[in-house]
Amino acid sequence: MNLRLAWRKSLNVVMLSLTGLCALLTVSALFFILGYLVWNGGKDLSWSFFTHLPAPVGETGGGMANAIVGTLKLLFLAALFGVPVGLLGGVYLAEFGGRTVPFLVRYTADLMNGVPSIVMGIFAYALLVVPLHHFSTLAGGMALGVMVIPTVLRNTESFLRDVPRSLREGSFALGANKWRMIATVVLPAASRGILTGVLLALARVAGETAPLLFTAFGNRYWSPGWMQPTSSLPVVIYTYATGPYEDWHQQAWAAGLVLLGLVLLTNILVRAFLTRGTAYERT
Amino acid sequence: MSSAFPLMASTGAAAASSTDKAATHNPAMTTSGANTLRMKVTKLNFYYGKNHALHNVSMDVATNKVTAMIGPSGCGKSTLLRTLNRMHETLRHTRLEGEIALDGVNILTLDVTKLRRMVGMVFQKPNPFPKSIYENVAYGLRINGHKGRLDDAVEKSLRRAALWEEVKDKLHKSAYALSGGQQQRLCIARALAVDPEVLLLDEPCSALDPVNTAKIEELLFELKPTCTLVIVTHNMQQAARVSDSTAFMLNGDLIEFSPTGHMFTTPSDPRTEAYITGRFG
Amino acid sequence: MERHFERSLEELKERMLWMGSLAERAVHQAVHSVLDADEKLAGTVLREENAINELQIEIDDRVVQLLALQQLMAADLRFVLAIARINNDLERIGDQAVNIAHSATRIVRHPRVKPYVDLPRMGELAEKMMRDSLDSLVRRDIELARSVLARDDQVDQLRDQIFRELLSYMMGDSSVVFPAFELILVAKNLERIADHATNIAEDVIYMVAGSDVRHSAVDRNTA
Repeated sequence: MNLRLAWRKSLNVVMLSLTGLCALLTVSALFFILGYLVWNGGKDLSWSFFTHLPAPVGETGGGMANAIVGTLKLLFLAALFGVPVGLLGGVYLAEFGGRTVPFLVRYTADLMNGVPSIVMGIFAYALLVVPLHHFSTLAGGMALGVMVIPTVLRNTESFLRDVPRSLREGSFALGANKWRMIATVVLPAASRGILTGVLLALARVAGETAPLLFTAFGNRYWSPGWMQPTSSLPVVIYTYATGPYEDWHQQAWAAGLVLLGLVLLTNILVRAFLTRGTAYERT
Repeated sequence: MSSAFPLMASTGAAAASSTDKAATHNPAMTTSGANTLRMKVTKLNFYYGKNHALHNVSMDVATNKVTAMIGPSGCGKSTLLRTLNRMHETLRHTRLEGEIALDGVNILTLDVTKLRRMVGMVFQKPNPFPKSIYENVAYGLRINGHKGRLDDAVEKSLRRAALWEEVKDKLHKSAYALSGGQQQRLCIARALAVDPEVLLLDEPCSALDPVNTAKIEELLFELKPTCTLVIVTHNMQQAARVSDSTAFMLNGDLIEFSPTGHMFTTPSDPRTEAYITGRFG
Repeated sequence: MERHFERSLEELKERMLWMGSLAERAVHQAVHSVLDADEKLAGTVLREENAINELQIEIDDRVVQLLALQQLMAADLRFVLAIARINNDLERIGDQAVNIAHSATRIVRHPRVKPYVDLPRMGELAEKMMRDSLDSLVRRDIELARSVLARDDQVDQLRDQIFRELLSYMMGDSSVVFPAFELILVAKNLERIADHATNIAEDVIYMVAGSDVRHSAVDRNTA
């Protein structure tokens, strides 16, 4: 009996330590990447990095201002295309019923989530680049927008479903019709969660490189308007990291740090401020 | 002579008026005159899918009186209540046959949003919106296009619900900062804001403690002169305390419907008697 | 917090007091119809009996309604139960007054048997006991109620005295038997009235203090 007990005890200790170790490994991966980026990219971060255009090829110095602006413009377009579609789609799924159509919509959205980003890129290339005969911010924005849709849709649906039925009934009982009820009670109640989902989705696509390769393409200069190719952080990282110049490699690290910083900051802010409890009381 | 009977001198006048009150202690159900009946349910049959939930129910709702519906769980009282403002239509696969009239007009022919303005509802668990107290009360007014000062209408409603004094200094705080009893009175104020003719209350006190329950019961007495009230309650003592007429339901049938005083002292149906004396089941 | 049923309780008290005043008046008029040989007054008492009986029915109905519809507790419950009992006592007092009035209509046909000395005293005592017991109800005054209980013995003694006196009159002169007999009945009814007043006082003590003082000597209770 004693042997059995000893065996159980030691097995317990081993397994617990193992799980602890794995958790530690997971967390340290993130910190390792972060640390490496900070170490390598931190040196190059300066005011000029954020405000200057890239230096001519071969020369050192210069910045990433156009890439940063480009990424922001692309995210803006992605939000413009993807968020309304995802939002209203989520509203449809949560509020209007039926069995087959919502099921199909959900299933398709989930499939879309799994489509490789480079395929999204080809898709946007075929639709927007080829007919127009040039790369453009618009095409890049659209590609990213389509990638945002499934996440926003499922997230919106989830938070809308979480709003208690009693709030809807309360609105109906006061003489609201369905759309009024959704717009004035349900959406405001779920707004925090939905906003969270939108910001996180955008933060995720901020780092997508493959679709931008044949849509926005790249630009060493400022990209005026929306119909010109534009530089963006992920693409610049790719270009510089694989380029021949040491200076470029340095800048790539810095750009990587900026991109990661952008994503991390969004995540942290969103979780700290928006997901603190819900607006309504859970039943 | 009068000095020998001081009691007579002082109570004489009171007694004269009391004799009239004595007669009203057992109000007779009058169906004469359309304005004594605010709502009338005639041969109502209700189906949840294949489930025949209400069988041929007919009931009168008298104007400016409290009508209560009692019965064991699952008897159909909440179902019946919800047909009165067509809330059953928010569910799928429900079917209704028969007639429900508000002031003589069949409510199934009315525009449903218009109907719900005239027939308001307060639910079992307080369900204020995640907005401020002011916005909660103003909600109904806003969506129905209120003309006139919103502030005045909000204050009037809160006063009617006996909540004004407690919240007048924090109208812009979140409704969730209120206690359970206050939240329920807020929901009543919210329902009253659009000045409904009928107010339906679905077990409004079941989530509240006795003190808050008493406050809301007294509130019902205050509201009665200006509003017709229909209340569903699983607490038959509450029905005895507050209502003028009571309906007893069982398995989807309306077993008995009579003046409250009569129902709780000499019920006509043995099933009613069994339920009221606690010998049910 | 003021509750709605308090109004019903107030109304119940008012109706009870009205009934009490009608009963008081009936007793006063009945006694004087005997003492003054006033047949018309006796007729008034007989006519007004209905009002008292109707009130008894009405008050009983109110009591049933209150008990069924309101979950009365503590003082409210004792109050309503006390009213229910007092109701019956007052109705019996009314009946006794009617009996006295009937006796009056019969006595009137005969000459007076003797000067009335004890009878008016007894009448006054019974009336005062009634009035005091109802006052103690209004004022919730236990001491006043107790004083009513204490006077019951006095009334019993007066009745015995009147019996003895009239018996000796009847034995001496057979022609006065009819009126004397009626007078004995009047004394008996007055004694019963005093008993009912005592019952009312006991009910008041129960209502105010929650202690049941029936069937025991007054001093035994320390409520």
